[in-house]
Amino acid sequence: MSGVGLELRRRNGDESGRSGKFGGREEDEEEEEENEKGLEAWERAYADERSWESLQEDEYGLLRPIDSATLHHAQYRRRAQSYSSAVRIQKGLIRYLYVVIDLSRAAAETDFRPSRRAVVAKNVEIFIREFFDQNPLSHIGLAIIKDGVAHCLTDLGGSPESHIKALLGKLECSGDASLENALDLVHGCLCQIPTYGHREVLILYSALSTCDPGDIMETIQKCKKARIRCSVIGLSAEIYICKHLCEQTGGIYSVAMDESHLKELLLEHAPPPPAIAEFAAANLIKMGFPQRESETAVSICSCHQTAKVGGVYTCPRCKARICELPTECRICGLTLVSSPHLARSYHHLFPIDPFLEVPLNNVNQKSPKACFGCQQSLLKPGSNSIIRVACSKCKQHFCLDCDIYIHESLHNCPGCESVRSSKLGNEQ
Amino acid sequence: MASAAPTKLYADDVSLVVVLIDTNPFFWTTSEKNSSSLSFADFISHVLPFLNAIMLLNQLNQVVLIATGVNSCEYIYDSSLPHQQSADGKMPAFYSEILTKLEQFVSKDQRLAKNDSSLTMSSLLSGSLSLALCYIQKIFRAGPLHPQPRILCLQGSPDGPEQYVGIMNAIFSAQRSMIPIDSCVLGTQNSAFLQQASHITGGIYQKPAYPDGLFQYLSAVFATDLQSRSFLRLPKPPGVDFRASCFCHKKTIDMGYICSVCLSIFCKHHKKCSTCGSNFNQSQQDASSTLDHKRKTPEA
Ligand SMILES: [Zn+2]
Ligand SMILES: [Zn+2]
Ligand SMILES: [Zn+2]
Ligand SMILES: [Zn+2]
Ligand SMILES: [Zn+2]
Repeated sequence: MSGVGLELRRRNGDESGRSGKFGGREEDEEEEEENEKGLEAWERAYADERSWESLQEDEYGLLRPIDSATLHHAQYRRRAQSYSSAVRIQKGLIRYLYVVIDLSRAAAETDFRPSRRAVVAKNVEIFIREFFDQNPLSHIGLAIIKDGVAHCLTDLGGSPESHIKALLGKLECSGDASLENALDLVHGCLCQIPTYGHREVLILYSALSTCDPGDIMETIQKCKKARIRCSVIGLSAEIYICKHLCEQTGGIYSVAMDESHLKELLLEHAPPPPAIAEFAAANLIKMGFPQRESETAVSICSCHQTAKVGGVYTCPRCKARICELPTECRICGLTLVSSPHLARSYHHLFPIDPFLEVPLNNVNQKSPKACFGCQQSLLKPGSNSIIRVACSKCKQHFCLDCDIYIHESLHNCPGCESVRSSKLGNEQ
Repeated sequence: MASAAPTKLYADDVSLVVVLIDTNPFFWTTSEKNSSSLSFADFISHVLPFLNAIMLLNQLNQVVLIATGVNSCEYIYDSSLPHQQSADGKMPAFYSEILTKLEQFVSKDQRLAKNDSSLTMSSLLSGSLSLALCYIQKIFRAGPLHPQPRILCLQGSPDGPEQYVGIMNAIFSAQRSMIPIDSCVLGTQNSAFLQQASHITGGIYQKPAYPDGLFQYLSAVFATDLQSRSFLRLPKPPGVDFRASCFCHKKTIDMGYICSVCLSIFCKHHKKCSTCGSNFNQSQQDASSTLDHKRKTPEA
């Protein structure tokens, strides 16, 4: 690996505002913070004036913002309207993502505290957990760039723990970074994945240069042809070649300004990107839902060949024991998942229609007196009715708080669930 | 909203127990014939002293009873509402109130079934779980002064696979609000739904070996508050049935096909996804099977 073909065009004073970083910005900020800390609470400047005026005392003697409930409801109504207008089916895409971490000399820099590599490792850990939460059945692989070459740290897999363990064990940095080597490696790995999977690379790039053995432009075209979506998050300044790579392959290029910004940029990659939907063909995948053995049962798992007590799963096809989900059966090759994992996204598939407000003049003696969900009275002490909503399917009345809870967390209409679906005339 | 509460002013051991009782007549009539299991009347005679015991453990404890029927679900009793005193001093006042309400509910539930041709064996567990969760949210909204909520399902009838999505939604919402779902299964078979519910939300799952000793199980396992629970040696669950139900026939399956776009589950190969409308062409199927081979070769 000889270091030739250095590609670097650094933009000064660009939109990312990174150029200031190399000055004394960091120190200034710290000083300012210290100044602020030195002042007593009443001496500091308040962001919004007279903030105490928007507080009131509730029945427990606690301070609460004025009429937070009404505000809350109004906000929810606005959100609900935007939901119903948008297309509601979220695609539970199956993604195959390689996270490439630059561990070249530049990653040891301490402009991020304590060092870039430590900050990257910490945030990648958060990202991996969030990724698997939002993309059940997806896979992540880890690769590192170091000494001008790229290595696979872990193969594509569905278990967050094994990736995190591997990552935290390998954090020494040295040598130069090579974008081309990294792309070549990842290209080789991602070409083997099934056609229904979405191929993606996310590179966390610390260096300001790339040290490549060949023509990186060719490699970029190769990735583009293989429909690999490449995204880069820079930790120093914007680099032309990274921007070019992302533009060519449909990825996102961003540069982190500080740790919280890095985390934010990283987590933007956790939800499935909408643009890649047409890249992969739909397919039916055969899968098994293993049973979890009794917590007292002793069995030998096929993945580690060790005896384990409790918490072991059984492959429904060949009855082999597995200690972790999701995985692929070592014996018969069946993809094994835990069904609740899939079910987390089902509320996107069967959304409940927004409840409609019941006009107050339609409320009469026969209308329900209490919310169907929580039994909260819908009548004010002066026997005037308060705002209520009704489900258009089951016609039950609900209070506004239940309306919010039902649509934003529960995703079930208690009224519809309490009636045989055959009676409602439409199957879910 | 509950998370906004700065401190918990109630003691840790004050509980709100929302009890969901299965009133499915199909289950209870078959159960009655079986000498080793309970009749509905016996079952209620075990449950009522248990509810009384919870309220006697701490005067701030609260009990809510919800009936899970075949065609409807309904609130039966709420100990936080004002109640009239019993006329005769023989049994606690709420016993008779619960019994009358239950009787009304069961006959109403049966009337609803009259014009239904399809005979279903399962109860509407997703409905009563959703009601219980709405009720508990109201407790959270009331401010920082709230008891520790938990849900106890006393379920007899088998799972209704058509309620799969509804029950899973309820389980995840309970998990997010950190509400444990305890389950006591009285039927002959384990309930996969309740096993998953208790496993995911950190509740206790139990299927009593001797249903005629139900009160003992209830008071020994399910009466303790969440704080004290950690000090007990509770029975270990017999494992969890993680089977899913297919969207096409609502069958419970342990192996199936998943749509790669929307993750819908099907029991057999289809040409088109009924949920998201994606077309599955056969060539792709071959591609994934060759991949299976590829993965296996290095092992051999
Ligand atoms: Zn197997
Ligand atoms: Zn309500
Ligand atoms: Zn409804
Ligand atoms: Zn089916
Ligand atoms: Zn689909």
